[in-house]
Amino acid sequence: MVTSNPPSSDVVLEVDNLVKHFPLTTGVVVKRQVGAVQAVDGVSLQLHKGETLGIVGESGSGKSTLAKLLMRLEEPSSGKTYFHGQNIYDLQGKALRELRRNIQIVFQDPYSSLNPRMTVGDIVGEPFDIHPEVVPRGQRRKQVQELLDVVGLNPEHINRYPHQFSGGQRQRIGIARGLALRPEIIICDEPVSALDVSVQAQVINLLEKLQDEFGLSYIFIAHDLSVVRHIADRVAVMYLGRIVEIGSEAQIYEKPTHPYTQALLSAVPVPDPSVRGQRQQIILSGDVPSPANPPSGCRFRTRCWKATDKCAQEDPELTVRPGSDHESACHYAAVREDVVIQH
Amino acid sequence: MATTEAGIAPRPDQAGLTPLLEVEDLRVEFRTRDGVAKAVNGVSYTLHEGETLAVLGESGSGKSVTAQAIMGILDTPPGFVTGGSVRFRGQDLLALPDDERRAYRGRSIAMIFQDALSALNPVFPVGWQIAEMYRVHEGMSKKDAKNRAIELMEQVHIPAARERAGDYPHQFSGGMRQRIMIAMAIALDPDVLIADEPTTALDVTVQAQIMQLLADLQRERNMGLILITHDLGVVADVADKIEVMYSGRIMEQAPVHDIYASPAHPYTKGLLESIPRVDLKGQELSAIKGLPPNLTNIPAGCEFRPRCPYARDICKEQRPALAEVVPGRFSACHFAQEVLDGDIEPAQQ
Repeated sequence: MVTSNPPSSDVVLEVDNLVKHFPLTTGVVVKRQVGAVQAVDGVSLQLHKGETLGIVGESGSGKSTLAKLLMRLEEPSSGKTYFHGQNIYDLQGKALRELRRNIQIVFQDPYSSLNPRMTVGDIVGEPFDIHPEVVPRGQRRKQVQELLDVVGLNPEHINRYPHQFSGGQRQRIGIARGLALRPEIIICDEPVSALDVSVQAQVINLLEKLQDEFGLSYIFIAHDLSVVRHIADRVAVMYLGRIVEIGSEAQIYEKPTHPYTQALLSAVPVPDPSVRGQRQQIILSGDVPSPANPPSGCRFRTRCWKATDKCAQEDPELTVRPGSDHESACHYAAVREDVVIQH
Repeated sequence: MATTEAGIAPRPDQAGLTPLLEVEDLRVEFRTRDGVAKAVNGVSYTLHEGETLAVLGESGSGKSVTAQAIMGILDTPPGFVTGGSVRFRGQDLLALPDDERRAYRGRSIAMIFQDALSALNPVFPVGWQIAEMYRVHEGMSKKDAKNRAIELMEQVHIPAARERAGDYPHQFSGGMRQRIMIAMAIALDPDVLIADEPTTALDVTVQAQIMQLLADLQRERNMGLILITHDLGVVADVADKIEVMYSGRIMEQAPVHDIYASPAHPYTKGLLESIPRVDLKGQELSAIKGLPPNLTNIPAGCEFRPRCPYARDICKEQRPALAEVVPGRFSACHFAQEVLDGDIEPAQQ
């Protein structure tokens, strides 16, 4: 698909059949490729303006690799990603710098993602060194202070170092850095999972406020399903490098059709002891298979209670299934409501 | 070992039932370069056979340090137990010399940790590490100990246990490593199992497996389980009784159903309200403002006052003691009754 004009104009990012395989090699002098870790294997999705797309999945599902590909921190094995109609993997030089301005990231760990030797002012202002056209040199300090204020930090703390802040405050510093270049898209890779419960809510509120204020689009990667439900407009569920189900927040959480989504939802502990024992809990056996050697056909079939011979032979396509209104990659997709989180 | 029938719903403080474990007024401090951090400031709780006690708190609340003091594995220095008692079936463990206390560890009270990869020794096979429990504590031969280790690995549902006993920790997935640690902890059939954030590092589907395993083992063996966690969801699923910790003290203590239905402390209330809920989608989450206090400099009066929406003048001056609000429920708040009844307005700023 080579479109320079995406079908609907409010699509800011369009991912088309993105694949990333990391080669596995043996030998020290003469390297031989013996296989590949199929971290991302044919992912397609769209991100609209002002929207939050949640991506959920367990460790090893490829969600962080996907984030790196969208940032162009990794080159894909194949596939394309269009930002306003331009394939980002074709960009070079000035156009690439322009792209980097527009797609920013907030990392999971607010401890390792901030340089301990730099002051907060230098960290938040560093993007301006690389993109000097955004803010004139003389106004940078003022701009950094404004950014600190926007994310709820005291602008007077501009000369402090990261260790003088708590985890939640550091995450705010990371968000301020992400905002500095006024991007269109921010990729949030597990932005609250390292934070305490009482602080998580503060950061989620901040992200939502900033989205309204600046018209940002978020790709929100998380393993906490209730957080994603709160913040996301649409949700994609990933398993072993593929999207197994995608739809609006209500479609995924209220009418899940893929067995993996159902198991995932049913496994989430509900903070309400009065529903204890009343909810259907699907306990999956085993672990996620290695992405270096994924099962044939449907990748979930080794842990699925519905699996048949067909699942081993035929790879199920991500498409709208009968009896449902959103895309699911299961031959036997069927709505199941007894697993949904009531809370 | 005297087995008291646990009943269907073990209730705390049943008459005539000696508690398995009684922690009373426990105090721990860390003497560091930056001053003395008062990590645990007078914590008391009791645990009965077959009961699940959840200790809920954020990082720095003292929940893990309390457990380490109970186990006797506190790093000293810098950590020191400065007061209180830990009684196991009536015997004060803190009063025992080290070698006598050692006999209780593993056999009476055992512990599993959050990060199984760093809790296991990377240079020994897992079967060897589990068998060590039998070799060291029971003087079993290598061969017998190994067989017992394999049995245990089967009990915690590790597939192909016999073949995998020779594998090293890094060859297992996170969930499997956690099972290995559970196997080590239950090797000597302890009466009390302390689980410190056992599923925090795991994915949700694996978390569900591990919680189920712990619940099954507890039922089979009628163990007392202390579950230390920050996850309000996990607590709601398994706990009988909850201790909410903040800044080294217990803020609220109550049976699980009561606390979720109507919290009696503003901190608990704040925590429960900050959980994202379906019916409130699109609205701002109600967050607790501010940060937990620095343990080297805990504010005078109520520890939670600087973050509390209901704080009044008295909260600045007097530290509220943990007191009974209604039978079976305790709260360390001057306005516990009002909070419980929902009969208090936020203070004007």
